Amino acid sequence: MLETIAAANQTVINVLNSTLGPVAGPAAKTLLNIVLVLVPLLLTVLYYQLVERWVIGWIQVRRGPNRVTIFNIPFLRGWGQPIADALKLLTKEQIIPQGSDKALFLLAPVVAVAPAMGVWAVIPFAPDWVVSNVDAGLLVVLAMTSMGVYGIILAGWASNSKYAFLGAMRSAAQVVSYEIAMGFALIGPLLAAQSMNLSTMVAKQGGNYGFFEWFFIPLFPLFVIYFIAGLAETNRHPFDVAEGESELVAGFHVEYSGMTFAVFFLAEYANMILIAALASILFLGGWLSPFDFAVLRDIPGVQWLTYAGIHWFLAKMCIFLFLFLWVRASYPRYRYDQLMRLGWKIFIPITIVWLLVVAAMTLEPFASAPIINLWFGK
Amino acid sequence: MLANYFPVLLFIAIGTAIGVGALIGSRVINTLLGNQRPDPEKLSPYECGFEAFEDARMKFDVRYYLVAILFILFDLEIAFLFPWAVVLQEIGWEGFAAMFVFLGILVIGFVYEWKKGALEWE
Repeated sequence: MLETIAAANQTVINVLNSTLGPVAGPAAKTLLNIVLVLVPLLLTVLYYQLVERWVIGWIQVRRGPNRVTIFNIPFLRGWGQPIADALKLLTKEQIIPQGSDKALFLLAPVVAVAPAMGVWAVIPFAPDWVVSNVDAGLLVVLAMTSMGVYGIILAGWASNSKYAFLGAMRSAAQVVSYEIAMGFALIGPLLAAQSMNLSTMVAKQGGNYGFFEWFFIPLFPLFVIYFIAGLAETNRHPFDVAEGESELVAGFHVEYSGMTFAVFFLAEYANMILIAALASILFLGGWLSPFDFAVLRDIPGVQWLTYAGIHWFLAKMCIFLFLFLWVRASYPRYRYDQLMRLGWKIFIPITIVWLLVVAAMTLEPFASAPIINLWFGK
Repeated sequence: MLANYFPVLLFIAIGTAIGVGALIGSRVINTLLGNQRPDPEKLSPYECGFEAFEDARMKFDVRYYLVAILFILFDLEIAFLFPWAVVLQEIGWEGFAAMFVFLGILVIGFVYEWKKGALEWE
């Protein structure tokens, strides 16, 4: 299977290089790769939103969307909903409120969506399945995700609405606060992997003991903090005070309608999927199989369980994406002071302490001690 | 080396194009369908159904500035930690000690601002 895909990929490269020449050929291949990442990403955003409504519906013992079908096929009840929603948003009037800064108002969603898309260039989906295998991959990711806050601030400032302004202030303060905890948490996998290249970081989690080799075991506190900070970074429940519909109506995007809102929505969901992808790559071994034990590799019946591949990566991402929804349906919203307290007074001390523990573990004589050498002795 | 980053740039450009294209595309569709019908009531900023009282760009709490300044300090810290983390196995315990001192100074500052109440949101 993998060989067939690799061969097909090589054929495409050869054909493009021979028809377009040595400069335009690779550029065309890059463009093709980008489309191969973007189209599934956009479809995931579209359908994740449907799954969100279904899951929360089931948790609250109701059905969720089940009216809009595709071609009236009973099995596909609700499957037409995202398409109907997209069409609705596309044909809604774009309202640019009076007194708003028009240029900034329209720039804000673009500023939010461009880095949310662009960051996917460095995410590896399987060995060599990456648009751009850069050495400073994690830095690129951090740089791009930091850009998201500009969209929020611009939207809040440009709208000329008090709700939008308050929402933007809160949201920006929250995002930068949790970015610190998140940054500290990301140092852990860096220490363990000794590399910023995301593909290398996954490869370092491989070995003879399956999921016991993954970084989430020695870095467990950082793993938990990374995920919670990820919830806060993307303004998801229970940290969605920036939207807080019961007090701020919709926060920074209250004045946005139709497609201008949809672009914000796209950026927010793309960021959520990115958090899920990064958590899988950095802590759960990316595309590696959880059952990749040396003893299983030679047993014919279960050999396939040990094969690495994109299916494991997608499965791990689905776990996190489900967690996002589960948390949203289960917990009440944090109060703003509680939220800032959690970010500054709890997460930052825990991460600093655990960083020093991890740093000590990666050095001799601890690195070659039994059990610890499973992760840091490579 | 730098050529590796060209796809990232291209990807950002395409992301921008998606945003701009969606905004312009829907504006064109709405103008053609006749959906784009602004009127003063519709365009007035949303505020509980009343006329908006004053300009929305009002004064805001100074603590937001404080959070921003603290963020800059800690974010620089993280920027220092990144290269250190990657080469820690080469620089060994000396590197560990250096970072321990550095983090120690930061923690003193952190404790100070904690005790001063800079992290309180009543």
